[in-house]
Amino acid sequence: MTITEKILAHAAGRDEVRPGEFVTCKLDLVLANDITAPIAIREFRDMGAERVFDAAKVAIVADHSTPNKDINSAMQTKLCREFAREQGLEHYYEAAGGGIEHIILPDKGLVLPGEVVIGADSHTCTYGALGAFSTGVGSTDAAAAMALGECWFRVPESIKFVFSGQLQPWVSAKDLILYTIGRIGVDGARYMAMEFAGPTIEALPMAGRFTMCNMAIEAGAKSGIIAPDETTLQWVRQRAGRDFELFTSDADARYVQVYEWDAGDIEPQVAFPHLPENTRGLSEVGEVVIDQAVIGACTNGRLEDLREAAEVLKGRKVAAGVRCIVIPGSQEIQLQAVREGLVETFLEAGCVVSCPTCGPCLGGHMGVLAAGERAIATTNRNFVGRMGHPQSEVYLASPAVTAASAVAGKICGPQDL
Amino acid sequence: MSIKGRAHKYGDHVDTDVIIPARYLNTSDPDQLAAHCMEDLDADFVSRVRQGDVIVAGRNFGCGSSREHAPIAIKAAGIACVIAESFARIFYRNALNIGLPIVESVEAARGIADGDEVEVDIDEGVVRNLTSGAQYKFPPLTGRARELITAGGLKVLVRQKLASGK
Repeated sequence: MTITEKILAHAAGRDEVRPGEFVTCKLDLVLANDITAPIAIREFRDMGAERVFDAAKVAIVADHSTPNKDINSAMQTKLCREFAREQGLEHYYEAAGGGIEHIILPDKGLVLPGEVVIGADSHTCTYGALGAFSTGVGSTDAAAAMALGECWFRVPESIKFVFSGQLQPWVSAKDLILYTIGRIGVDGARYMAMEFAGPTIEALPMAGRFTMCNMAIEAGAKSGIIAPDETTLQWVRQRAGRDFELFTSDADARYVQVYEWDAGDIEPQVAFPHLPENTRGLSEVGEVVIDQAVIGACTNGRLEDLREAAEVLKGRKVAAGVRCIVIPGSQEIQLQAVREGLVETFLEAGCVVSCPTCGPCLGGHMGVLAAGERAIATTNRNFVGRMGHPQSEVYLASPAVTAASAVAGKICGPQDL
Repeated sequence: MSIKGRAHKYGDHVDTDVIIPARYLNTSDPDQLAAHCMEDLDADFVSRVRQGDVIVAGRNFGCGSSREHAPIAIKAAGIACVIAESFARIFYRNALNIGLPIVESVEAARGIADGDEVEVDIDEGVVRNLTSGAQYKFPPLTGRARELITAGGLKVLVRQKLASGK
């Protein structure tokens, strides 16, 4: 069996499961945010549910529109806050101690290897980086799970991506996942579990592993996953407040496809509008002038990402006419960024540093684009209108390329500065 | 369950951001969401759509965000069924959960043109293009998917389960 099949079998109380089978699994965590929780809460009540199945296993994170951008958003968040209080939820985050859901939940040790997690947010697949099965669902599924503590799944087929070779300078996990999506397309792994493996993946720090699994959904996948190893354990041991189990794929596990790529051949990638699959190597980008650069999001809002951007921006200035917006992924990351002097570097370079929020990634606030404007961003989606006006454009890239582009005023890599 | 209406045709990878842009996600009211359905892809959709109409699209319909606001907006706008070559998995699940019928059929999705009159029989597994006379069969929903659509959504099933004390 694959790691994904083993985790699902374990949570379903079965010895074995096969792709295509339907199973009902016990859940270790159910997540919703300030956009999806209000519908989930409405449905929860409408189902006749009174109490959540476990106040320690339901998390609500207000991160999309917070700090609340308008009156309607404030009303939505208020509804979340009141529900959390009423149900005695142990994990409700907004402002203090908060940040972007997919960054803070692993950071707080709320997701551990071998666990099964669903979240009413498509990027819930991020936690596969810990060797957990996690997937995005809608609000009604989240509501049912909050009431019952279980969820049904179709066991997904697995597709394996084996990377070997040394990464070129300024090439990071973001480039590997953009490259992967460019190769297989936005529905190339539809309904499947994407398993990332090989020496290059084993050498990635946790931050990079989160970035890769975060974007599995952009290839249509149900989940992304990386087998837990010493790197995972070191990271988890400092955070885990409970026991967890480690699963790995068997040598004879079945995959619908196995890709083997030399990561040493991959140059920094840029996804052109309006699909994450429209990737090009940096050398093929040409002249693309930008109005805005965004560094952050659940994809690249970790401390390592900020360090990468700061390394490029140190001693340099953001080009005239470009807005460079830096958004640390959590309060904790922001504090550390202040302590390390990263925030000073950003401000000296002329960046705007925001509080943690999803904000501009989904065109919510803190950097919405006007018609005809163009942004390069470390976010995960570049659909029509994603960051604002339907006639604006988003180019996806790594923190290093995004920071370098902010300095040049057009898309380029750090070595071009 | 039989559905009859006019087809609104779209291409591949229609994402949930264009089905309901995030700037309208500060509400979960179905009627308010419906007023902006498909806005960034087809600004006139809301003024053209009639109760009982059908959306027909290419591959990977509903990709992207998990926002249930997308199928809610489509349903509240009057759409009775979505036919596509394939669906993104979260959208597929959300549509069944809220009781919005969906049909996966490459032949029907390719054979139906914008504005065609379409009839869909969910139980029988047939899509009829009344304009061209063509007929397309699809495997009727089975198992949990059928259970969800027959019950009218996941909410009804959970309500029954909770009421029976599990």
